[in-house]
Amino acid sequence: MQSPNGTLTLEELGHLISEHRDAEGALLPILHAIQDACGCIPDAAHRLICDALNISEAELRGVISFYHDFREKPAGRHVLKVCRAEACQSVGGDAVVAALLDRLGLDWHGTTANGAVTVEPVYCLGLCACGPAAMVDGRVLGRVDAAKLDALLAEAGA
Amino acid sequence: MKIFVPMDSAAKALGAEAVVAALRAAAPDAEIVRTGSRGMIWLEPLVEVEIDGVRHGFGPAEPSDAVGIVDGTSDKALGPVADLDWMRRQTRLTFARVGVIDPLSLADFEVHGGLAGLRRALGMTGQEIVDEVKASGLRGRGGAGFPTGIKWQTVHDTEAPKKYIICNADEGDSGTFADRMIMEGDPFTLIEGMAIAGIGVGATRGYVYLRSEYPDAIAVMCRAVELAREAGILGTDVLGSGQAFDMEIRKGAGAYVCGEETSLLNSLEGKRGVVRAKPPLPALEGFLGRPTIVNNVISLATVPVIFEKGAQNYAEFGLGRSRGTVTLQVAGNVARGGLFETAFGVTLGEVVIDLGGGTASGRPVKAVQVGGPLGAYMPVSKFDTPIGYEEFDRQGGLIGHAGMTVFDDTTDMLGMARFAMEFCAIESCGKCTPCRIGAVRGVETIDRIAEGDAAALPLLTDLCETMKDGSLCALGSFTPYPVLSAVTHFPDDFARLKEAAE
Repeated sequence: MQSPNGTLTLEELGHLISEHRDAEGALLPILHAIQDACGCIPDAAHRLICDALNISEAELRGVISFYHDFREKPAGRHVLKVCRAEACQSVGGDAVVAALLDRLGLDWHGTTANGAVTVEPVYCLGLCACGPAAMVDGRVLGRVDAAKLDALLAEAGA
Repeated sequence: MKIFVPMDSAAKALGAEAVVAALRAAAPDAEIVRTGSRGMIWLEPLVEVEIDGVRHGFGPAEPSDAVGIVDGTSDKALGPVADLDWMRRQTRLTFARVGVIDPLSLADFEVHGGLAGLRRALGMTGQEIVDEVKASGLRGRGGAGFPTGIKWQTVHDTEAPKKYIICNADEGDSGTFADRMIMEGDPFTLIEGMAIAGIGVGATRGYVYLRSEYPDAIAVMCRAVELAREAGILGTDVLGSGQAFDMEIRKGAGAYVCGEETSLLNSLEGKRGVVRAKPPLPALEGFLGRPTIVNNVISLATVPVIFEKGAQNYAEFGLGRSRGTVTLQVAGNVARGGLFETAFGVTLGEVVIDLGGGTASGRPVKAVQVGGPLGAYMPVSKFDTPIGYEEFDRQGGLIGHAGMTVFDDTTDMLGMARFAMEFCAIESCGKCTPCRIGAVRGVETIDRIAEGDAAALPLLTDLCETMKDGSLCALGSFTPYPVLSAVTHFPDDFARLKEAAE
């Protein structure tokens, strides 16, 4: 869903921006469009966005850094989000996560050395009656345990 | 042969796609209809087969059950779905069509009562529409419980060149999934509700601010808006009435605080999702400074049934000042979790023990967190509390978005209190000091308590008072609910380590 190396030409970036620039409150749709195409918000896009929306670089960086979703560098080839919220904790989500991070030798937001998987926390996927819950590249998973995660990581090449 | 399989995220998360593939292989000629979820998550994926016009359930289905389901020999057979205890005991008004229809079939939607409410509203004046909502007694289902009709009246009465209907679909509270389920299971009802709101108050533009953590809901809603536009439900001439209303789905970006209406508005405007001080109320100066209705998904999705059946019919359900139905979400460590729509007034204990069947682990219930991460931990001794806005308030809690997360007796409540503070620290927008700094100090103070520092407990209470009184929005001012309720009802968890230290 995200292009892993994520390089667009300035012209292509400009085209993406112009598709959304006339929307009311255009910045988030622009940032999502760029990140979907590039896997992150590359520095090269900043000037173009600022010019299109007539905002300062400081304002733009303020917005990008406010939201958990936006990245300055691309993530691994797959993004595994694991829920840390209360409902998943109540069914042992914490232990599943601890074992996962331990097995991969990662901390939250870390990426495996081969670049295959980035592990991120998420606070609720709305799967609170079938937790612990996780999501891989937009695909939801319920009642996650060590075996399910192992299968998933093998599939992702981690 | 007609087979129904949910495409709800919860069903997918439990393997619905593999079951569909197996069913296709087992019955290549069968018509497989994808639906929303009936809300019995412990039975998902719940396959339904229509036999003589009655839908029979099979669940929880696995791919290996497909052949048995098709030839009628499956040991997962549950009988007619409508006769199941969980279904019979509900009053499904808002969720009447969820799990029944193909969410993206406008024909299905209309056959089951869809658009009747909007058609009725189009024959009314704006004031009559607002009066109908007032008469229904509908209160904001997002958590605050503010009377929906009063909010609409303010926007109706305010003159402006442009007004907006914003749907708050940033359902970030753990233990809640009603918004997600209705958007995935009956998206047109939300569109219909927003159109009625727009026609009622004179707003021509709507946005759904939908959290990015719900990719399936985003896909369904975006497609539903396209279909509604093609069918003339949205656009410059709503159902041929000459009145205009159109809307768009906007994706959030992973900030919990954007579920707070003013920070949602900032986010929608393309700014940092920082909370705004009120006044001015969004009803007067909201999106881009214009009069704006910001309502929760369930509030707006309930509007069509109020117009279809009449405000009086809706108001006849409920308890005290909590009128109509509440969409309970039973979650966490619970044997039978899911969505249960019922009139206000059912007690917490009935929901958790009787409906939910107690914990999934089979151990005793220790606490139930009602209303998401900012809701109180209710001990078993409060299980006789009826579910209503005022009733919970009197017991030191809040029903919020009506999610209830069950915890068994292995839960460390000090750990849960610490998590509440940690979560507040991660998600604080940073605008006001009690929340931004207080949450960090809260984590540190709870760590001191865990190490046996007796002096830290009064400090925590004091800090919580400051956060309650001094924060601009519910994130800072309600985080003390889970923390203090844990301290009050489960003092042993806060004293245990001190004793060990001594």
